[in-house]
Amino acid sequence: MADELEFEGPILKLQRKIEELQSFAESTEIDLSAQIEELRHRCGELQREVVDRLSPWERIQLARHPQRPRFLDYLSQVFEEPLELCGDYQSGEDPTMFTGFAKLAGRSVLVVGQRKGKNTKDRVLYNFGMSHPEGYRKALQKMRLAAKFGIPVITLIDTPGAYPGLEAEERGQAHAIARNILEMARLKTPIVCVVIGEGGSGGALGIGVGDRVLMFENSYYSVISPEGCSTILWKSGDFTEQAAEILKLTAKDLQGFGIVDEIIEEPLGGAHKSIPESSKLLREALIKHLDELCELDQEVLLEERYQKVRRIGVFYEQGRLIAAGKVVEPATSPELS
Amino acid sequence: MAWDSFKRIRFRKKKEMPGGLWLRCPDCTAMVYRDAVTELLQVCPECNYHFEISLDERIACLLDEESFEEIETGLSSADPLEFVAVKRYADRLVRAREVTGLEDAIRIGYGTIEGHKVVFGATASNFLRGSMGSVVGETFARAVELATRERLPFVFVSGSGGGARMDEGVLSLMQMAKTSAALARMDDAGGLFISILTNPTMGGCMASFAALGDVTLAEPKALLGFAGPTVIKNTIRADLPEGFQRSEFLLARGFLDMIVSRIEQKSTVGQLLDHCRIQAPA
Repeated sequence: MADELEFEGPILKLQRKIEELQSFAESTEIDLSAQIEELRHRCGELQREVVDRLSPWERIQLARHPQRPRFLDYLSQVFEEPLELCGDYQSGEDPTMFTGFAKLAGRSVLVVGQRKGKNTKDRVLYNFGMSHPEGYRKALQKMRLAAKFGIPVITLIDTPGAYPGLEAEERGQAHAIARNILEMARLKTPIVCVVIGEGGSGGALGIGVGDRVLMFENSYYSVISPEGCSTILWKSGDFTEQAAEILKLTAKDLQGFGIVDEIIEEPLGGAHKSIPESSKLLREALIKHLDELCELDQEVLLEERYQKVRRIGVFYEQGRLIAAGKVVEPATSPELS
Repeated sequence: MAWDSFKRIRFRKKKEMPGGLWLRCPDCTAMVYRDAVTELLQVCPECNYHFEISLDERIACLLDEESFEEIETGLSSADPLEFVAVKRYADRLVRAREVTGLEDAIRIGYGTIEGHKVVFGATASNFLRGSMGSVVGETFARAVELATRERLPFVFVSGSGGGARMDEGVLSLMQMAKTSAALARMDDAGGLFISILTNPTMGGCMASFAALGDVTLAEPKALLGFAGPTVIKNTIRADLPEGFQRSEFLLARGFLDMIVSRIEQKSTVGQLLDHCRIQAPA
């Protein structure tokens, strides 16, 4: 099976064995329920173990899994009555970037997200999840609209990066992303950002500044793709696994840096094992965070958002190691002496 | 022109001769007289190509004489990812500090330009290619907050081929948010940010603070953009047009206010500072 990942091998083998036993039990009418139960239990344990031990590179494979739930799955399963809004009101329409109103547990929200597509035709239509400047401008135009009416913004991030093409440069890719980052930092409405698959660098951050940043367990968020990192540092495309390791791009890493507020657990084996279950978990997380944020006074909301990004970073100051705004190592660094 | 005769001289073995009388312009490939280049503040007299200059030279040509008062932040880079690829980040930092004599790729301070007091800062394109890690982001944000607090104009010169510093991973990426958020607050407070773009300003720096000036100037022929030319070439599998991602290209597409030669920058920025007076708070 093409969609099978290497590390899933032992689990799938066990699952097949369970199926065989079951059909054997049915056809011979021998009672094997105890054995089957035992195997099921072992299978569950094995899955948990495998998932816990997944390397960053393996998680990236899950984040890019062809069957992984994409933006459009979540749009239909998490939200009610989506109403798409098109156009950046300046020069174009980028189908990769979705923007539109929807209801979430009775509340109006603006949903922004990157579409990727699950078949070749859609992948091409959505440019493999890589937005053009028009996509970022559209997102900003609609976010401003939402803020005007006090509607919270939810962004679902899934992009290998902003489109690195000739026309994208001509139409100001860098400017579009920079402008979004600045405006999102001061947008007068709650913003919740969720990395659902790939958090590819500036392309992700262009819709990624908010009051809460969440990541799915097997998503990644990185300054550069492992492929790009491998090419630049090793002058070869063969070191993607090592690159994924050193870039510290998993959800756990980002939580450790104080960038991510919550990790949304995935169904055992990855989000693609159950799209309804993944959607349910996302929905619950979104409702919880919006409930909290909508309670806040606007001034408090914006101040906390500012402090959230303001704190990010790790450096020495007068010899003390500061991480996420806190002194973590008061000892004098040898570098300064 | 007097230089025409020299243009034909070709030294094929050496690209340039440090310390020699002559050097080759990397843009027009002419051999030019070093003193003539220096006199023009490190600009090629043949083609107006702007050589990369050190922060000291930058301060000397943009700020009023002896007006720069550096702000010592005491910040230095850590190695939060314990980043080791072909080289170790920790070693790269040590080496960059040795070579440049700088603590990191940024310096900030007070200064005056044509008599106008400003908060000034610049990235050092020779320190790990002017890339932005936690220290650059933090220092930039502090400078912006200082300018906001003291209601002073903020003038920043960007030169960063490296963009967001890969060695600090996603922490570097998030400095884009930190620097931009600080600029948002300065804008809300009625502050003035004059962004000066020099060769090269790319990636995460271009896609954050460098692109967010109230007024944006660029030096001639500077390479400015989001994705590097090689990446774009590989994406579209075609050659890039002449002058692609250069200052002139951006000006023609509406992303710059003006292109200003190094020698005219001080007076132009002085004019802008004269026009855009920060208003008293309401």
